[in-house]
Order: sequence, then structure tokens, then C-alpha cells
Amino acid sequence: MKISPAVVLFTGLATFSVAAGDITGTVTLQGTPPAEIPIKEIKADPFCGKLVTDQPTTRFFVVGPNKELGDVVVMLKGISGKSTGATAEPVVLDQEKCLYVPQIVALQTGQKLLVRNSDPLLHNVHLTPKEKANETANAGKLNLPQMEKAPDLVYTFPAPENFLRFQCDVHKWMFAWVTVVDHPYFAVTGPDGKFKISNVPPGKYTITALHRKAAPNGIDKEIEVKEGADTTVDFTVELK
Amino acid sequence: MFTAACTFVLLGAGGLVTSHGAGLAVPDWPNSYGYNMFLFPPSQWIGGILYEHTHRLIASFVGLLTAVLALWLWGRETRGASKWAGIGAMVFVLMLMGVRHMGVYQALAVLALPVIVAGLVQFFRRPDQLRWLGVVAYAAVILQGVLGGLRVVWLKDEIGIFHGTLAQLFFVLICLMALRTSRWFAGLNREGGGGFRLHPLLLATTVLILAQLVLGATMRHQHAGLAIPDFPLAYGEWWPATDPDSIARYNQNRMEVRALNPITAFQVHLQMVHRLMAVIILAAVFASGWMVLRRLRWRSLAGKLGVFWMVLISVQVALGAFTVLSNKAADVATAHVLAGALSLVTGAMLCIVYGRSPKSAPGAVLSGLSERERTASALATGPAT
Repeated sequence: MKISPAVVLFTGLATFSVAAGDITGTVTLQGTPPAEIPIKEIKADPFCGKLVTDQPTTRFFVVGPNKELGDVVVMLKGISGKSTGATAEPVVLDQEKCLYVPQIVALQTGQKLLVRNSDPLLHNVHLTPKEKANETANAGKLNLPQMEKAPDLVYTFPAPENFLRFQCDVHKWMFAWVTVVDHPYFAVTGPDGKFKISNVPPGKYTITALHRKAAPNGIDKEIEVKEGADTTVDFTVELK
Repeated sequence: MFTAACTFVLLGAGGLVTSHGAGLAVPDWPNSYGYNMFLFPPSQWIGGILYEHTHRLIASFVGLLTAVLALWLWGRETRGASKWAGIGAMVFVLMLMGVRHMGVYQALAVLALPVIVAGLVQFFRRPDQLRWLGVVAYAAVILQGVLGGLRVVWLKDEIGIFHGTLAQLFFVLICLMALRTSRWFAGLNREGGGGFRLHPLLLATTVLILAQLVLGATMRHQHAGLAIPDFPLAYGEWWPATDPDSIARYNQNRMEVRALNPITAFQVHLQMVHRLMAVIILAAVFASGWMVLRRLRWRSLAGKLGVFWMVLISVQVALGAFTVLSNKAADVATAHVLAGALSLVTGAMLCIVYGRSPKSAPGAVLSGLSERERTASALATGPAT
């Protein structure tokens, strides 16, 4: 019997979509975070000062009215070699009004990271990978100037790494943290503390929530994703 | 003296670079954003670039001054073929510096190390002649410049520690050369009869200050900011806890505008050792100053240096405390670096000056007696000890 490729594709997709599930949840903060510091240097800078109207502050703790915690990277642990980064859409890290936007980024190994300069002035893009493979893969690009209207700088990282730092030494308050994951099962919480990890194959997993200040080593939970069912898992990040 | 003054300014510029976290604001070297360093448009000297690029320009000027100094000393103290061979070699090296190629710079830096050692050996064989110190200074300034460049290109914090330490030693060397060529030193030689005795307390105190400066350079070049944010206590304790939970708590509550590395237990211990060393050095400098003043008039060069040292070290301790209390404000932290450099130089100069000074009667100094009165006092009280 001859089976058409379209049927095979349809059957496969149907099976996958039925089998896979989503993981959703909310991250909340327990305790009172230290007050954010106004970045006075931006206003004082003769060039950056013209780009901002209000007084920017540090953004270490993005906390909602009910203590929802933003900028938390939530990901499955113990999975490797499942990256689809090579075919995934590039992620953009912008330099806008003398700040990195967003400040917390997550992407897959092999996925392109485009560092953009939207400011009418120069920045230097300086990254400090801790993983040797990431350092080697980006040798010669670890500290580059990026002039006004210059093309995006393109980076890819072959190894997983948490909170790889990007910074600008011209403007010392500018920095961002990039987490590299070796699979597509991760998310970054929004200001409402919510996250959603889609299309997770059924199985038992360890899921972890990482916050650069409050949980740099991650908070782990054990979960089971059942066929076709959505799984909810909430995290509470406790300040010491 | 002019070279020493410029070196002091250069140290300040270097201090501002690290204090502002601007060491890598210019990502290339020896060029600046692709421009020849000397042609980099001032309109582009923004943010951290201003500190780093100015540091590079001042460093180039100090390098040139050092080359001129070395050439002058060599020309003054040699004759015949060796004179022109030495001058020719130094001019050739200066021209090589203009090649602006990393390979050439690295080769010169590698060559600088044995030249420094050989120069010091030659100097100690003939300490009355300064030309070999000129050669040492010339080699050191090349090594220092290349270290600074490699720190930028290789992105290695560790190089910054050597760069910071060599800067202090270079400053000492230039100041001692300025002292040796001064009229004060000629006067000392006449009064002291040309003899020299290195006093162990002065030497030990100076070495302690050098060790303290190395600790300071290590803390600065780890780019972790203040490992301990309070003073005189440390995280509210006389000795802070450094277990993993406590370190995590310190990092959690630390709010910095800059992208600083998280602090570690090692860095907390390092700062505690720095604080303890400060107390020991404070005591050692006052003991040294007291010893100098007991034996020499305060109006003598050694006496003045001793008084200056005690005042300076007190200021330095206050600046250290203020560095912490101001959350490492760049100007305060830079002043702390400069006062540290001056403390080291003062110690080194006092070692030389005191070692060459004629002894005086005990107790005569504190009263500020003149030379004639001191002699009379010594005759009345017996021989000097």
C-alpha cells in the first residue's frame, strides 16, 4: 500500500500535538527586595541624557503588585542535544536609550543573537562567557565597538550557560544577561510573573527557575507532563 | 622630577580608568576604535572612552619622557663607542615602538624582562652611576605599556593586577632617580660621608606597603566592587561570615549600577586582610617616623619625610574608610590609589635618605634644635646611640 507523504506528515503532527503538553505557572517573590538604585549616570551623560526623559533605575527585581517576579528564566533541566536553535528565529538584544533591552534574555544553543544599536551614539559590546566553548566560538568578537547605525552584531553559543554577561564599558551601567539552553523548553517570566513552556513531550522532568539576584543557582521542582495535558507549576523565590 | 610628576598624573588617570570600570571602553589597541591613537577625534571621547583614551595618551607621553631620560643619563655617563651604541639601541627601540604591530610589542615586552634584571645588576655593581637605572626605567615603561595593551586585547583581568603593581614600582623607580639627581641628595652625600645603611624597620614597612598595594590592585582588578560595604564593621560583624548562604545573601542585597561580578568568600577575606594590613602598616609607619625623629632633626630631609609619611598614612587610612563609606566613589577610590603610591614612594625615599643621613643625638630632633645646638646637646649628654 502506498502512503502519501502528506498523510505521514499530518499523522505525525497530529500525534505530536496530542502528545505534547504545555507547562505554565507563576513565579512570586517572598520577602522585600532591596530598593532599586536610580542610574544617575544616564542623566548626567551629555549624550545619553538627551535620550531619556525620566530617571531610569536598575532593574534587578521586576516585581508586580502581588509580588509576581519578572525576568526569571524557567527551563527544564537534564535535557541536552535537543536544540532547534539553528532553525529558530534570531533573538534581538537592543541597545536603546543607553540601556540593554531586554535585560534578561534566553535562547538556544546555535540560535542567533543579534545585538543591535538603536542609539545615535557608539557603544562597545563586551561579553564575558564563562564556558570555554562559548568563548572560543566568539573569539575576536568578545569586545567590539558598535557605532551609530552599525549593522547588528551576530553571536551564537554552542554550550549551555546561565547568565552570560553583556556589557558596555563606555556606559558602565549598561548590561544584560543571556542564558543559553540546549533545548527549546524554556521561558522568561513577564512582569506578571507568568511563564509558558510549549510543546513539551510527556515525561518526568526537573524544572528550574533562575533569577540572577534571588536564585542564581536555580530553584528545582520535579514535574510530570502527561500526554495532551497541561501542567501547572508555580515557584516562590525566597529572599535570604 | 618632571617625569615623576607626570607618572603621578598617569597613576591617577589609571586609577580613574579602573574606578570607572572603563578599562575596556576602547576595545582595540594600539589603535583606538580603528584610529591611530593620536588621531582619535575628541568628539568620540565619550563615557568611559574619555578615561581610557586619556590614560593611553598620558602613558605615551610618560613613555617618551622616560626614553628621553634614559638617553640623557646614558649620554651623560658614557663615552666613546659604548655611548653611541647605547643611544643607537635606545633610539632603535623607540622607532620600533612606532611600528605599531602586536608582534613587535610582545617581542619588546619579552626582551624588557632580562634587560630590567641586567640593568639592576649593573646598577648595583656601580651604584654611583644612574645610566643603568635609566635603562631599567625605559624597559619597564615599555613592558608596562604592552601589559596595558594586552590587558585590553586578551581580556584578562590578571594582567591588570601586574599592570597596576608595575605602575607603582615604576613610580618608585622614577622618584628615586629624581632623588638621586637632586641637590638634596648631593647634600646628604656630603653630610653623611657617602655611607649607606638600610634600616630594617623602614625597609620592612615599605615592603608591607608594597604588599598592601598588590592586595589593592588584586581587589580592583577583580571588578567585583566593594566586597564589604560597611566600615569599621564588616557586614555588621568584626569578622564577617563567609559560608555559601551568607555570600548568597550578600550578593542578593547588593544593588550596584555597574555590571559587577558577584562577590566571593575569597574577596571578602581579601578585603579583611587589606584592612588588617592597614592597621599594621599604620603602626609600622608611626614607629618608623618616631624612630627617625628620635635620631634626626625634623627639619632634616629624613625628618621631613618621616613626618610626611605619618601624615600621609593617616590620610590614606581615612581615604580607605571613605572609599567604603562612599560606596567606592571613583574620585575617592582614585585618591586612595594615589595616596598609596605616595606612601610607597615616601617609604622608599626614606630608606635611602635615612640610610645616608648622619646620626644625631637622641631627643635632639623632637625639640627642633639646629645642627649647632644638636652638637652641643650631644656633647653634653654623651655619644649618640
